[in-house]
Amino acid sequence: MSSTLETRERRTGWLLLAPALILLALVYAYPIARSLWLSLFNQNLGTELQPVFTGLDNYVRMSGDGRFWQSILNTSVFTVASVLIELVIGMGIALVLNQSFPGRGAIRTIAILPWALPTALIGTTWAWIFNDQAGIVNDILLRLGLIETGINWLGNPLPALLSVIVADVWKTTPFISILLLAGLQSIPGDLYEAHAIDGASPWQSFRQITLPLLMPQILVATLFRFAQAFGIFDLIQVMTSGGPGGATETVSIYIYATVMRYLDFGYGAALVVVTFVVLVLVMAIAAFFLSKVRAATGDR
Amino acid sequence: MAKLELIHLNKTYTPKVIPVKDLTLSVEDHEFLTLLGPSGCGKSTTLRMIAGLEQPTRGEVRIGGQDVSRKSAGDRNIAMVFQSYALYPHMSVYDNMASGLKLRKMPSGEIRSRIEEVSRFLGLKDLLDRRPGKLSGGQRQRVALGRALVRQPDVFLLDEPLSNLDALLREQVRAELKQIFASQATPVVYVTHDQTEAMTLSSQVALLNDGYLQQLASPKQIYSQPANRFVAGFIGSPQMNLLELPCRENYALLGNSKIPLPTSFAPPPHVVLGIRPEHARIARPEEAITVTGTIILVEHLGMSNLVSLRVAGSESITVRALLSAEQSWQGNQITLAFPPEHTHWFHVETGDRLPDAE
Ligand SMILES: Nc1ncnc2c1ncn2[C@@H]1O[C@H](COP(=O)(O)OP(=O)(O)OP(=O)(O)O)[C@@H](O)[C@H]1O
Ligand SMILES: [Mg+2]
Repeated sequence: MSSTLETRERRTGWLLLAPALILLALVYAYPIARSLWLSLFNQNLGTELQPVFTGLDNYVRMSGDGRFWQSILNTSVFTVASVLIELVIGMGIALVLNQSFPGRGAIRTIAILPWALPTALIGTTWAWIFNDQAGIVNDILLRLGLIETGINWLGNPLPALLSVIVADVWKTTPFISILLLAGLQSIPGDLYEAHAIDGASPWQSFRQITLPLLMPQILVATLFRFAQAFGIFDLIQVMTSGGPGGATETVSIYIYATVMRYLDFGYGAALVVVTFVVLVLVMAIAAFFLSKVRAATGDR
Repeated sequence: MAKLELIHLNKTYTPKVIPVKDLTLSVEDHEFLTLLGPSGCGKSTTLRMIAGLEQPTRGEVRIGGQDVSRKSAGDRNIAMVFQSYALYPHMSVYDNMASGLKLRKMPSGEIRSRIEEVSRFLGLKDLLDRRPGKLSGGQRQRVALGRALVRQPDVFLLDEPLSNLDALLREQVRAELKQIFASQATPVVYVTHDQTEAMTLSSQVALLNDGYLQQLASPKQIYSQPANRFVAGFIGSPQMNLLELPCRENYALLGNSKIPLPTSFAPPPHVVLGIRPEHARIARPEEAITVTGTIILVEHLGMSNLVSLRVAGSESITVRALLSAEQSWQGNQITLAFPPEHTHWFHVETGDRLPDAE
């Protein structure tokens, strides 16, 4: 009896999953498979855009492609820096918004605004903010006497990378703080009261109660933001287009240039495949690592 | 070890919300004080002020003669059991109990021995590695209790610790609590709105209403000599009969009956007569002072019957009597006697108890 019930339940489960699985297959599996296939061909202006089977040539070419490795490095620096900063600031904002004070509702709404704005708009705005002639950042620094002459923010490698990180942090911190705020609100207040009676300082309560109980939300926010930041395209395209001299060129921007500007479809497909594999690997490692962290803090 | 004193304690949230208006009382070592009262009367607020989770608007909390009103909760060396238990969900039972000791930098060897002792005592030995989420309600309650006991605090505070247990378990844990705290030389303040808990556990009961202390006395006294009409009506189940009656000479008129007033106070124009249902009994034929009434409702409670009567010669006065099963009657009329030693008299306006006869 129970086994038939179980099989029936399992069948219902698969039935319910089917639409999502089909959708995933169409949206994810097919493009990936197609890219994999395409990456085995040479299809560019040199072949007059006709596919010529070349096996793994594209991958061999990639291993010696300095621009590719530079873009991987840029992407990694951008991802790690922006996600870390966003987590720290997002946590701070979430902690503040979790307190009760007059006008909290209005401030919560305002805080989410940057997340709701179109990225292209944000990119343009920040490009102006960091503009070397008319930008407000230089203006403020000059007035404060911190610099003698305006910095060409978007025209120098390191400042350019810094600028896009700042813009990305500004845009996506609200997302993290809202996610963390939801988590904070699910922690019962009497745990903090019990902990205070146990003799804990606010900082100890943060470490021993808030952080471990917030770990699921931190985990989700990190993984989600990691995937997003690793594929960053629009913000950087608008602000620097990957410049100067490829200093802010991320993998997505390089792929875009390869396919859309150089019309090198075969090589572009190979880049997509490798990026995909890197992303999946890093995500898997991060997920594993973070769940270990969670278990460790949880067991304490 | 440390006497607990509350001195003119007041908590004002807003001018309209003043759950504790002026509360003065003290709890000695070995004493088990219960704060009892209807919902919203300020019991939890009082407890939270003792704990340091709430700052009193006026007044002082003293522990061992020291004013701790300005001290943080962690510096007061009190332990509290929450109604929700407030167990740390991500920590094992052991770590839940160890938390307060670790934070106070106690050597881990001593922590271990204390937890072992308490967990043996509470039957938690096999649960030490589990998380609270994998425990039953009764086990969680015990862990919360254990977390307080290992602390060996100056004062124990418990806020309705049994209210989340089912009736059977509550009775069992109630008995255990009595044993546990009898062995502690520390003042205990226990909040409940369950009068059975208050009566069975406490050495002293503080009955609160409307932010004021109504009576502070032993359970026995609070039952036999309620200080006012509110206390009389609140304590005891079924509720005491409280009858507002006119007086003639030195009698109170209850329907056709004349109940003699005690000589200890001058007869007022009106008076409130109180008699507990369990103290009213069927009158013997030779008795002179009796009350007759028509039965309007009989509730069978097993060992006894709760009988509601409409008093003869009155329009609306009903009296309830709890008659043991042996006391039987015929027809739908009953004549009751109110033993004078169990009769209470209260002032009509102030509700205060009028002096007892010697
Ligand atoms: N933080 C607060 N702000 C404003 N009013 C409050 C606050 N906490 C409690 N009150 C009010 O104070 C009054 C007393 O509350 P308290 O929790 O002490 O009642 P209680 O006697 O414990 O009741 P119960 O038996 O229902 O637990 C209530 O009217 C409540 O609404
Ligand atoms: Mg309460």
